[in-house]
Amino acid sequence: MTEFTAPKPVEPTVYDLSSPGRQGAYFPQPDIPLADLPEDLLRQDLPLPELAEIDVVRHFTRLSQLNHGVDTGFYPLGSCTMKFNPKINEVVARLPGFAQIHPLQPIETVQGALGLMYETQEWLKAISGYDAVSLQPAAGAHGELTGVLIIRAYHLARGDHKRVKMLIPDSAHGTNPASSAMSGLEIIEIPSDARGNVDLEALRAHCDDTLAGLMITNPNTLGLFDENLTEVCQLVHQAGGLVYGDGANLNALMGIARPADYGIDVMHFNLHKTFSTPHGGGGPGSGPVGVTAKLAPFLPGPIAAVVEEAAGEEPPLYGLVNPEQSIGRVKAFHGHFGVIVRAFTYMLMLGEEGLRAASEHAVLNANYLQARLRDAYHIPYDRICMHEFVMEGRWEDVPDVHALDISKRLMDFGFHPPTNYFPLIVHEALMIEPTETESKETLDAFVEALLQIAEEAHTQPEVLKTAPHNTPFGRLDEVKAARDLVLCCWLPESASA
Amino acid sequence: MNFPKDLKYTNNDEWVRVEGDTAVIGITDYAQDQLSDVVFVEYIVAEGDSAARGDVCATVESVKAAADVYLPVSGEVIAVNEALIDAPETVNSDPYGEAWMIKVKLSDPSELDELLDAAAYEALDRDH
Repeated sequence: MTEFTAPKPVEPTVYDLSSPGRQGAYFPQPDIPLADLPEDLLRQDLPLPELAEIDVVRHFTRLSQLNHGVDTGFYPLGSCTMKFNPKINEVVARLPGFAQIHPLQPIETVQGALGLMYETQEWLKAISGYDAVSLQPAAGAHGELTGVLIIRAYHLARGDHKRVKMLIPDSAHGTNPASSAMSGLEIIEIPSDARGNVDLEALRAHCDDTLAGLMITNPNTLGLFDENLTEVCQLVHQAGGLVYGDGANLNALMGIARPADYGIDVMHFNLHKTFSTPHGGGGPGSGPVGVTAKLAPFLPGPIAAVVEEAAGEEPPLYGLVNPEQSIGRVKAFHGHFGVIVRAFTYMLMLGEEGLRAASEHAVLNANYLQARLRDAYHIPYDRICMHEFVMEGRWEDVPDVHALDISKRLMDFGFHPPTNYFPLIVHEALMIEPTETESKETLDAFVEALLQIAEEAHTQPEVLKTAPHNTPFGRLDEVKAARDLVLCCWLPESASA
Repeated sequence: MNFPKDLKYTNNDEWVRVEGDTAVIGITDYAQDQLSDVVFVEYIVAEGDSAARGDVCATVESVKAAADVYLPVSGEVIAVNEALIDAPETVNSDPYGEAWMIKVKLSDPSELDELLDAAAYEALDRDH
């Protein structure tokens, strides 16, 4: 039996660290009369912690050190593209010309920012093949909702009111059905065939004049490029429907394949995945939407545009325009502008060749991991993968070991676990996406850990069942956390009645 | 894994026990095992509703996933098992007994003929 070191001490809460009378800042006596708060607004049951600045700084620094992030270690969370976010993105986003402007300033005074938005739209159009892009949506699922609302608006604008069905393959992202349901559409799941592609027979059965569209994730959540994609799009189009593309997996395709060329009519980009902007911890994300020409009038606005062409020495004048049949605003002001600055920086730093190389290495890294793990883990849809792949975290001869146990054990090696139990069409799924930013040494260390875990599963499964052992906390009781959800470490007396 | 011979089954892992003109409905031992620890049971239909075969009647959520429960037969809902809302773990411990979910007064008993018997259910291909 392997020996493990004792867990490290756990950081106390700010309430535990509180000491009466301690204070972080002292205000000077005001030179105007003091007014007391009204009696009825004063609360006696609000135990605010009392700490000095150094206590607060050390507390939160120590807490941050308990986190795992892409800056501290490998983070192969499938479908999330946890690539390294270059620090120059942060430098550029902090330039005063970007950081200290206001969205209501006259456009003549923010030409750099508007030019950056315009150029970002142009780059996204070039990468995807679309005719128009809106940078408004706040993140991926928001982009999906926007795209589905555009599809709905398109049908309604044509007086085509029958179209209420949205088809969603079972290999799509889990947010797709939610986005369609939010838009008032009826959701129909389409199964995958034995090679992990959309089952064409099942698709044909639903292609009629009530079809609003189909939402496809390509590469799909198995990490596979759908070999039927062109035909899938044709079938939907022949029935009068539109195809939505979930662009979360675009990291496999940059500079290699353009979604618009396959017949996908509208797609969102995840700037926080493909284009290296902050992701975990709330991002915020950014989910621009690209569309073909016939859907361009419905995009949410405002969109950055050249409102006066360049003339001689004079640069162009950038402004904001609203598409004529726009579904309206989906976000305050211009989307998550600071995130867009980071994504544009990334595109410029890599350039066209660099973006293509990023996708090629993302695919190469995933295939390298898949090839090295194939003998120890079962890969149910086993063919050349794109930027990620899905293997089973189970063995028939040790039925008590589950994907969750493998993930927990990986934490002992300093790796973030892969995505667990998704997609649902693979038993005990472990979805692994290394991204292009990891070295062969990191990939090899990850493989060695997984090979050791596969051996432990057969020789000393209790090591997996009780993992993790080297983290500040051991195995958490997820069932109790879900059934007995308490987010406050104290409750005001008024709430306990 | 346990699949009682006196029950009927669906491809979607629901079971049906016929009691006179009433169908008692729950999810199978296989379903609860796949879901792992169930943490929420929510009903989409209520007592008195008329519901059709294939309608979503409940949602079962575990630490791994959320799954819809589809009505295997049409009819009027005459009871829902409210006890599962407070004790969802019963779905794991007693899927065919205490964890029945919904009782339906059959409007078309011939629908029962289209359900699977225990042997056919157990023989379903689970890989695709």
